[in-house]
Amino acid sequence: MTYLLDGNAIAGELFAAFGREMTDVVGKCRNCGTVSVVAELCVYLRAPGTVVRCPSCHAVVMVLVTIGDECNVHLPALEFEQ
Amino acid sequence: MARAALPGRLSWQIGRVVDTIQETRRAKSLVLDLPNWPGHRAGQHIDIRLTADDGYQAQRGYSIASAPEDDGVMLTVDRLEDGEVSPYLTDVVEPGDEIELRGPIGGYFVWDPSLSGPLLLISGGSGIVPLRAMLRDWAAARPQVKVRLLHSARSLDDVIFRDEIMRFAAFDEVDVRIALTRAWPEGWRGHRGRIDRDFLERAAWPPQDAPRIYVCGPTGFVEAAAAALVETGQRPDTIKTERFGPTGG
Amino acid sequence: MSPISRGFLGRRRSGGDPSRVPPGQHVTKGFPVLSAGPTQHTPLPDWSFRIDGAVKEPSSWRWEEFLALPAEQITVDIHCVTKWTKLDTSWRGVSLDTLLATIETDAEYLTAWCDGGYTTNLALADIVDGKAWVTYEYDGGPVHPEHGGPARLLVPHLYFWKSAKWVRGLTLTPTDEPGFWETYGYHNHGDPWLEQRYQGD
Repeated sequence: MTYLLDGNAIAGELFAAFGREMTDVVGKCRNCGTVSVVAELCVYLRAPGTVVRCPSCHAVVMVLVTIGDECNVHLPALEFEQ
Repeated sequence: MARAALPGRLSWQIGRVVDTIQETRRAKSLVLDLPNWPGHRAGQHIDIRLTADDGYQAQRGYSIASAPEDDGVMLTVDRLEDGEVSPYLTDVVEPGDEIELRGPIGGYFVWDPSLSGPLLLISGGSGIVPLRAMLRDWAAARPQVKVRLLHSARSLDDVIFRDEIMRFAAFDEVDVRIALTRAWPEGWRGHRGRIDRDFLERAAWPPQDAPRIYVCGPTGFVEAAAAALVETGQRPDTIKTERFGPTGG
Repeated sequence: MSPISRGFLGRRRSGGDPSRVPPGQHVTKGFPVLSAGPTQHTPLPDWSFRIDGAVKEPSSWRWEEFLALPAEQITVDIHCVTKWTKLDTSWRGVSLDTLLATIETDAEYLTAWCDGGYTTNLALADIVDGKAWVTYEYDGGPVHPEHGGPARLLVPHLYFWKSAKWVRGLTLTPTDEPGFWETYGYHNHGDPWLEQRYQGD
């Protein structure tokens, strides 16, 4: 059983955090340079937080942690291009 | 009816269930009346939030099964045996109940009749839900775009919206092929087994037609189908994917 | 204020001795798999466990050597920060006291590191005196890769994110260095009885 989803699964959280639709935003992985839209990133939801990885090198590019009512978005290795 | 969501706002709102439809033994549709609905695009989804009386909350995303032209917003829920939310939605929720949700959400896995084709829709199991919205939108607009739907299910009884997609297949411009993976009727002339490279070579648009491709279903299905498409020569940048799976902790 | 969803209970089950269930937790009969990344599958011939960092001399063991170490059978309750608690889980593994027996150090902290890149930080005081193990059996069989096998850390008195899956070693450190979840806002210590879920709790 795979627990892997894609960026579509966190679209609502990201909209709430960034104030706009994010699934079609292009991002570049700072670890390997791969460019993809947020919808194509690898999403691991079943964890203390949500871990988002590069579909190419699997580096952790984004982490979402919900504390109380707030969803904190961390971008350890993702650069948005828009 | 508005076609685009209001930019910058994604608020939780309350919808009322006005109808429920048992589609297959596992899938049930809920039709919602949403007074503050801005309209949506085929392929988008909503997030549902359930609250127990002690404040405990659970949240899940569900694709919108209805087209923008339809009355009410319809969701179709696949009941997961040990799910936390889906059995509640299929077994407990009744017309008259309120459901908290936000949406529409999604800017990538979306289609509208202005987009060029041909259109190739590939789904496994409940992945057919957002594609059904696309087909209904297509049927309402009748753009000059040819459509092929390739759908994989365990058996004919597990094909959600089976009668409806057969009616779509009656359009000249629409071609529907079903792959059954576990059981098929005697004399079945559709595909037996999973959607694979051979099936795609026979059933999909050839790469030189540059189809616009949407693939939706469980993660394993989507990854296998997308890989097979690329193996048959389809360009990766023409393929959009949406993976479904259990999200509860 | 969200409306109450008529008849919605959630997966939670009541039951279990309340004195064994920390605040905010509910008891589960299953064993949920939580993962921050792809399941690791390290072949046993490639596996080793190492203790290094601020130590006089590092130690390491290959798989056969590890299995030859004195092991213990333990039954403990485990508590995940995502609010599930599982009572009476049984494991077999090597106590950290055994592994640290020959290690000389002045360090008071450590980082557990794992295949796949996961890390978590712990105080040495939290893993000695019978408080922690590196386990390789769960419920009578090998620890499944989904649950962190071939070997995972087990520190049951802290939230389960400290019980690092696919553990391969401990690096002792003079200061407390936040690991993966701690860096993203989870508590450095993580005592479920004090509900230390997030930094600042």
